[in-house]
Amino acid sequence: MSEAISRRDFIKVTTSIIGGIIGAAIGVPAVYYLIDPALREGAKEAWIPIGKLENMEIGKPYPFSFTRVQVNGWERTSTTRGGFVIRNSEDPNDLLILNSRCTHLACTVNWSETDQVYLCPCHDAKFSKEGEVLDGPPPRPLDRYAEFRVNEEGMLEIFYQEG
Amino acid sequence: MWKKIFDWLDERLGLNDLYNTLLDRPEPRGNWWNTLGSASLFLFVLQGLTGIFLTIYYTPSPDHAYDSIQYIMEGVAFGWLIRGIHHWGASLMVLVVFIHMLRVFVTASYKYPRELTWFIGIGLLLATIGMGFTGYLLPWNQRSYWATTVGTQIAGTAPLIGEFILKALRGGPDLSALTLQRFFSAHIWIIPAILMALIGIHLYLIIKHGESHFPKKDE
Repeated sequence: MSEAISRRDFIKVTTSIIGGIIGAAIGVPAVYYLIDPALREGAKEAWIPIGKLENMEIGKPYPFSFTRVQVNGWERTSTTRGGFVIRNSEDPNDLLILNSRCTHLACTVNWSETDQVYLCPCHDAKFSKEGEVLDGPPPRPLDRYAEFRVNEEGMLEIFYQEG
Repeated sequence: MWKKIFDWLDERLGLNDLYNTLLDRPEPRGNWWNTLGSASLFLFVLQGLTGIFLTIYYTPSPDHAYDSIQYIMEGVAFGWLIRGIHHWGASLMVLVVFIHMLRVFVTASYKYPRELTWFIGIGLLLATIGMGFTGYLLPWNQRSYWATTVGTQIAGTAPLIGEFILKALRGGPDLSALTLQRFFSAHIWIIPAILMALIGIHLYLIIKHGESHFPKKDE
């Protein structure tokens, strides 16, 4: 059995090897390029500071709002969310944080000091100070930000989740 | 096992015949200059593949074209590589196709019975340059915008039908979203389709006639 490799076979083998290397050098990055958006971790949740606790009067809804920026490729979309903090006592944990988005059709409700209710400008819905539906079409009470914490500087932070 | 599968396929597809006619055909004695046609074909395939990949993120609209390319370059994994290959491959392809043409000219390979191969080659050169011209606008930056302004203006200096050509190229009297859109369409659909058809005929003719031998002194 001869160990010599013919010129023709040598060319075949080296061509396939070099071709394979070139193919892999372009092919592997190409796959990453393709699936790149799927590998990204979107910031779907975050702790958001909404204000110093000491500035929030006890018994009076404290309005706040914040803006989230979503980056999709080269496009940025920002959404503004807001709500009210209702402190019941000096205890930093004894509070209620409502989402100001109406549960009917997502308009933003406003606190009316005279009527002591949240009014929705779209369909005249009324919510009590604690967010219960008093009047109008909303199917359920105002949503709550259930998770919150107060950091060392006395800043109240809420845990925000997309969707 | 594999041999059985191969034999079954070979019997129906004629794989061995295909291999022998396409890749193992007899060649006259040549040199590296004879490989430029294959190099052009390789570059065409490479440009096609990287181009397809670029369309995954590229958006042909004045509002997004520049930003989408910026995103390809900085935001997407290996986007710089894919676009880099497409960018440099484009220049290289024009160069290689042109040197290929020079080689055919110098070795007189365009003569009987290969005149048609040569004519189609002219079409391939023009289509390749057309790819370069239309692709140049797509990044929608200052350079590409003004290059296309000037380029279409030059086409517009043709006597009698100049204005018509200018408007047809730009999709109106000025460079606009329409220009970008039709250049994009030409770049990814129209010219590639022409290129593929011409390449098909070109390759068929090469396989039919074989490659020409280099002329000797007394010929």
